Order: sequence, then structure tokens, then C-alpha cells
Amino acid sequence: MSDTAILNKNDMVISKTSVSVLFAGDSGDGMQLTGTQFANTVAVYGSDLNTFPNFPSEIRPPAGTVAGVSGFQLQFGTTGVYTPGAKFDVMIAMNAAALKANLNNLHHGGIIIADSEGFDAKNLNLSGYGEANNPLEDGSLNDYTVFKIPVISLTRQALAETGLSIKIIDRCKNMFVLGVLYWLYSLPLETTIETLQSKFKNKQDIADANIKAVKAGYNFGDETEMFSQHGRFCVAPAQKKGGLYRRVTGNEASAIGLAAAAKKAGLKLFLGSYPITPASEILQTLAGLKKWGVKTFQAEDEIAGVLTSIGAAYGGALAATNTSGPGLALKTEGMGLAVILEIPLVIINVMRGGPSTGLPTKPEQSDLLMAMYGRHGEAPMPVIAAMTPVDCFYAAYEAAKIAVEYMTPVLCLTDGYLALSSEPMLVPSPDELASITPVFSPERKSDDPPYLPYKRDERCVRPWGIPGTPGLEHRIGGLEKQHETGNVSHDPENHALMTRLRAEKIANVADIIPDLTLDNGPEKGDLLVLGWGSTYGAIKKAVEQAREGGLDVAHAHLRYINPFPKNLGAMLGNYKKVLIPENNCGQLLSMIRDKFLIEPVGFSKVQGLPFNEMEIEAKITDILKEL
Amino acid sequence: MTDTHTCLTAKDFTSNQEPKWCPGCGDFSVLQQLKAAMAELCLKTEEVVVVSGIGCSSRLPYYINTYGVHGIHGRAMAMASGLKAARPELSVWVGTGDGDALSIGGNHYIHTVRRNLDLNVVLFNNEIYGLTKGQYSPTSKVGLRTVTSPSGVVDHPINTIALTLGAGGTFVARVMDRDGKMMKEIFKRAHAHKGTSIVEIYQNCPIFNDGAFGPFTDKERKADTTLFLEQGQPLVFGSNGSKGIRLDGFKPTVIDLEASSISKDDLWIHDENDLIKANILSRFFDDPNSTEEFLPRPFGIFYVEDRFTYEAALDAQIDKAQEKGEGTLEELLAGNSTWTIN
Repeated sequence: MSDTAILNKNDMVISKTSVSVLFAGDSGDGMQLTGTQFANTVAVYGSDLNTFPNFPSEIRPPAGTVAGVSGFQLQFGTTGVYTPGAKFDVMIAMNAAALKANLNNLHHGGIIIADSEGFDAKNLNLSGYGEANNPLEDGSLNDYTVFKIPVISLTRQALAETGLSIKIIDRCKNMFVLGVLYWLYSLPLETTIETLQSKFKNKQDIADANIKAVKAGYNFGDETEMFSQHGRFCVAPAQKKGGLYRRVTGNEASAIGLAAAAKKAGLKLFLGSYPITPASEILQTLAGLKKWGVKTFQAEDEIAGVLTSIGAAYGGALAATNTSGPGLALKTEGMGLAVILEIPLVIINVMRGGPSTGLPTKPEQSDLLMAMYGRHGEAPMPVIAAMTPVDCFYAAYEAAKIAVEYMTPVLCLTDGYLALSSEPMLVPSPDELASITPVFSPERKSDDPPYLPYKRDERCVRPWGIPGTPGLEHRIGGLEKQHETGNVSHDPENHALMTRLRAEKIANVADIIPDLTLDNGPEKGDLLVLGWGSTYGAIKKAVEQAREGGLDVAHAHLRYINPFPKNLGAMLGNYKKVLIPENNCGQLLSMIRDKFLIEPVGFSKVQGLPFNEMEIEAKITDILKEL
Repeated sequence: MTDTHTCLTAKDFTSNQEPKWCPGCGDFSVLQQLKAAMAELCLKTEEVVVVSGIGCSSRLPYYINTYGVHGIHGRAMAMASGLKAARPELSVWVGTGDGDALSIGGNHYIHTVRRNLDLNVVLFNNEIYGLTKGQYSPTSKVGLRTVTSPSGVVDHPINTIALTLGAGGTFVARVMDRDGKMMKEIFKRAHAHKGTSIVEIYQNCPIFNDGAFGPFTDKERKADTTLFLEQGQPLVFGSNGSKGIRLDGFKPTVIDLEASSISKDDLWIHDENDLIKANILSRFFDDPNSTEEFLPRPFGIFYVEDRFTYEAALDAQIDKAQEKGEGTLEELLAGNSTWTIN
């Protein structure tokens, strides 16, 4: 972050390359909404952006307590924004509990914008500080830049003439704070004003009040003496590829990826699903896509989620199911059926902390081995892992392509971090998306030779013969099938053959997946950091910083975990050491060691939190010191 | 089912696989009647899918020359639901058993019934686990001695009809495996019904539970133990129709027609559209072997209700969403809120 000061006529504007902001308040303070508004504004302004909500798992925890704090974190900037930021530069604290819960993640010397009226005796007691220890007054925040703003009073003052009730006026206080922040970061108000107009189009007085509050906050920044000695900031827009953009969370991207794949393939999308945190938004998003012919089926349980999808796939739909760890466990028998039926199916697993109910709202990467091996019998299945929120779109899309073109269930892994994080997505044009070509067996006449539902092509892929097609009537099931005819067979040699053919088919998927490319660093050298999934942003940033510091380190990120890209083994051999950071206890490491007989260095983090770049950079430094 | 093709025969619905059921198994009768019904309904082999779970009865799809999927234990209803929701034009039949549908698949059973997809469910109830060699099932009678209940079953059995009505079933019927003619007619009615049709079949397992339905099939006893439901007809049973059922408030009472002045016209008249009466009928569940005073076991169609199907309602929502045309891929990719960077 190189900061330069420019003196303006009236105020000092400090230019920054990236800023990380946390909006924190009580669950009822509308922090998610406020953060989202800010994110939309910087996105339209052209910044690079990454957001992450942090809310309590209870729906209505006690107000004013640390347990009830809801946060929305975002980083925006000109370059180098790959994560919501390891620590915040700025914290908006709407009450004492919000400060207490998050202060340890504020950069030393960072900015605190506090609603001083959220630090009254009641809030101080509820937060655990105690009314005698107001951190805004007792000097304990001397290492930070603190702006104390009486937000409720100022909001009430600004909206006094609207004639609205105090209750409604007080609800506008988050918009006042947003206005202050827009002033502080020299950002335009238009995006928020437009959003408020359209959101409250049938309640003009509410729209007006909120708009007035945003403007009042902005004007407060202009007029108050408070900021004069600190100045305001400016973050130039990113040098982004030109084009049409939208903002997506990982879960939205997964949903759209599935729907887009169906459209591109000319198939109907069917999603059988059971609500589960943090995967439900995929079902919710797809349930709203009826205009695109998407059928969603909220099943009675996880098992029915996958089985209804298998039924739909047998009928010729592009079928998918989505879940998180506990649900994946329940679906495993169904996934085994899909393996032996050899029908297309996409399973999106949004990983969370486990085992059991574990940490339902917190991310982890600990389902990798279950995705790989968690089925009875020899039941190989392609596994793809998304690395960014936007990549959730492409991972789901590619999973669908592989499923349809190889007649196989495909597991697509994301996690709670990707699922809820958002970033700008360059909207692809339909032509830019890879083709997806389902091949349905054509109708047969009565004098044609009998239909062979398990006759494979050179890739070991069987045909998709769907009900309703005359002449293809056939029976398949979970019992082992005779080669080609698909009839039930208990023949020992046949079982060995079918087991081998099912495995070969999955191995053949390697023919259409791209070689692994380096994200950064030299082709040969001391250290390769090999990541997978949502660690991408933290590793990318860590490796960039380490390289700036002169270290010999490279970064490659795996998206295809089964099968691996063909060049992976060769790439691993080009470095003296391989470091694998994972939010688990070494699951990819175990696979890599097993497959390539090398001994990578593992780096585990299982705290229900994503890695931050500092941790990874420190690990890189340590390893290279020892070399 | 158009008039443009010649209807197939039951033989055309016979697959090239030899049934692997035990000699004397009640399943053969069901298979035969099902194929005959499909032929009489003038179905085409390519438009029919038979879906099953696991168990002796779940081998059904292999023996019918249509499309078929033999799934996993308990999940036939879920798989059939997904198929029907995705492809409403297909004629989807489910072959399942008392263990498959009511034990391991009990959850799917009740939810499928309430959703009312247009499925025809053939529920083979032999009150035993046959394929795994003779363990008791959720419909086994209390006291039944099996390999897993050497001292007798202590689980209270499921009453399939009552469960189905409780779950909101819209077509609920029971038939005996040996009543082929009645079974075929009920299959045809089940097909005609738009909604989930449940046909419970009392099916004898000659190996592990032979004679489980003896009280309802024994020549000497069946006239007194069984009651055949006919729409608009009084509930009459007993040899030569000597007995009837009358409703005394909510209490069904057996009337000896020969010994009383009550005529058939005063009896309970079966109305398959009356849910309250169907619920009472479903409670005619006494075991004639364990009690002197019992109500006869009803067979036939208990209840029929005309209610919207899941798939039709879902399709209607999609049609409405597409009133102004189907969404394009471009629109899908762009979403509702975009901005442009030059």
C-alpha cells in the first residue's frame, strides 16, 4: 500500500491502493445491507472488490452483546484485492459490542468510526466492557484514529422535518454512517440513491428519508472539523478488463453456472435439494430462475435431494444437487448409484467446519477425502474445486460439462468462505462458454439390433438412452451390470471388467482438462506453493509479497482434483520443496504424497477461518530459511 | 395413449429376463396383472418407466419390457418423483415393498404421498423381509417369530392405509395378490387417477411368511373376514351377504342382516370421495386370529380425491414465469444489476 498525500484547496486527499473496511453492529443494525450498499458503490466506481459477511449463527441473539454482533467485511482497491482483507484498515462500530468483538482484527493505527451513542451505559454493560470503562473515553484506543459520531442524534436532526416516527428515523442511522464513509473515501452517492429509489419505490417517504440520511452523513463529513486534520482518502478505480460486470457471491455463481450449463447444453435443469447452511442460497437462487425453465425440488431430506436428481437425470435432465458436509454424508449411497448407473449428475458441496454439525457457518476444506473416497465400493468420480467466488460459476459449469459428456456424477467443491464472499464478475458472452454436448441415443426400429445401454465409446462412455424414445426400452439399476447389455450380472470377470472400465472413464476426463499453469513465479526453483479451493486469494497475495521481498517461490492452484491435470507430477518435480496450505489436516497433501511419492510440507489451519496472507507468507519465509 | 397405434398385448410387456422369484410367490400374480393392465390401457412400452427400490418386489422393473430403474433401498419414491417432475408426460410406476416403502423409505413415502405427483405405486406387502431371508418387517404382526424376533415381534405394525390417508393420499387402495381381476381393475383406476396412487397388495411369501394373510384367504373364513368396497354400494359381507356395516355415530357396527330388521339400504354406503369415512374404514384393522369380535378387512378403493399434482403446479409456475418468453442465456448471465467498465 503506497500512500501519497496530495494537498487540496480545502482538504487533504490521501491516495490508497486498497482499503479493507468492516461494518460491525448489532444484528438489527442493518450492517449486511449497509456493507452491500458500499460494495455496490465501489464496484460501479470500478474498484476491485471482495466482500465477506460475518454474522452470528443464531437468528436473533441478544441485542447489544458480543454474540449478537453482525459484520460485513470488504476490501476494495486499485490492485491486489484477492480477499476481503486479513485485517481491516477501517472499522465502523455501531455499538460497544461491535468494537469489542472485532478490535483485534483492526490494523494497528487503523481508523475506528464509532457511533458514540452505541457506547452508553447499557451497551457498555451488555458488551462486557462495563459502564465505567468506555473505550472511547478511557484512552485505551490511543493507538488508533477514532472518530466519535453521535449518529442517532444527527440522523434524528437531519430527518426531523420528514414527519416520520422516531422508530423509522432511527432505522436510517446506518445510511447516515454510509454517507460519512462515502465522504471519507471520496465516493459518489448515485448508486445508493438509485438502489434506495428502486427498493422503496412504493414507499416514497421511506426512500426519501434514507436518501436524506445518506446525504446528511456525506455533508457531515464535509462540514465537521473532525476529519480536517486527518484528511480524506481516494482509491483509484482498478485497471479492469472492459466489459459488463455484475457482483456475485459464490453460491449465486454456482447456481448461475448450473443454469447456464443447462441452457448451453439445451437441457432442462433440475435441482433436488434440502436446505443446509451454507449451501441453501444455491437452491434459493435456482428456485427464482423459473423464467429459464429451471425446476427445483425441495426434497424431504438430503437423500431424496440426490435421488430425485438421479431420477431426473435418468429422464434426460441436467440434474444437480447441492449440500454441505453432513448432507454429503447422507448422499453418498445415492452418489454410488449414480456411479454405477453412469448418468450425469452434479453434486455441489459447500464445505463447512466438521465433523457432525461442527461449525455450520464457518468454512473449512475438510471434505476433500470424503469427496474422493467417501463411497462404498470402487466408485471414482471427478472432483473439481472452485477457487474464487466467480470461479464457482466456472467450476459448476465445467462440472456439468464433464457430467454430461462423460455420463458420470461430478463433485464440485466450494466452501462457506467462497459461498458468501462476493466479487465483481466479468459477464461472459454465451459464445465464450465452452460447448456442452449431450448425446441422446436415437430411436430404433424393431428390426434394428437390440439397444446396448452399456456399450461404451473409445472414452469408455456409455450412451444416454432416455425414456420416451421408442426402441431403447431397457432396465438398469444398482446391481452390477453385464458389459454392453446392462443386464444384471454376477459374473466375476465381468465385475472386474466393469470396475476397471468405470475407473478408466474417469481417468480419461484428464484428456479434456487443461494443464496446470503457474499463477506466479518461476518454472523451476526453490519452493512451489500448491493450493486448491478458497485459499487462492491468500496464497496469491502471500506469494506476491514474498516475491517482492526477493524470495524464490511460485504458486500454482489446483481446480481439477480428480483426475489431476496431466502435467502436475512434472511440475511438482521442478521445485526443491512443495508447500500445501489447506484448511484441513493435510488432505490434498495426503493425495499428492500417495500419487507422486513426494513429501510436501503441509500447512494446516482448522479454526473455521480462512488463511490470511501474512500466515502463508511467514510460512514461506520459514521454509526458505531452512533450505 | 393415442388411437394411432395398435394396442400392445401383455406379452409385449414381457422382458427377456426370467423372473427370479420363488415358486408360488405372490409377486408373479402382480407382474402378470400389471402387464395386462398396461396392455389394456394401451400404453406404449417407451412411455412407461418402472422404478423400484430394493427387495424381492423391487426386481419388478427387470421383468417388464419398458424403461426401468432398480435403485437403492427405500428411495424408489424419491427417484420416481424426480423423474416425474422432470418428465411429466411419462407413465411412471413404482414397485416397492413393505420394508422398502414403509421402513427404510418411510420418509420418502409420506412426502411423496402428500406431494401428489402422478405416480402409480404398487406396494407389495408380505409382512416380512424376503430378500434378506426372513426378518420381520414394519408390517409384521405382533408376536410373529422370525430370525430377528425369536421370541416374537414386539413392534406395533404400520397400518398402510391409515398412514397413507394421514399423509394426504389421493388414491388409496388395497387388494389381495390372488384377486387378479380386481388388481388389474385397480391398476387401471390408479393409472387414470392424476396423483399419487397407492395400491397396497397383500402378497403371500410362501417361504418366510406363508399364510400371513390366511384369515383373509381361507375358504371357510374369508367371507366373514373380508369386505369388498364398491362405490355407491352398501358395506355387505359374510356368506351370501348376510352381514353389513352400519355407522353408529362414528362407530362402525356389524349388523346381522338375517337376524335384524335393518335392510341393506340402511347400511353404510361406500363413498370413495368421503375422507372421514375412508379414515374410519382404514381402521378396520383387527387381526381375526387374535380376537373374537372383529371388523372385516376392507379391500378395494378406500379413497379418491381430485387434487392438483405437484408436476402440473410446477409447470404452471414455469409457464407463468415464461409468459413473456423464456429467459435467454445472455439475460441469465447478466442478472438484474450490472455495470460497464470501459
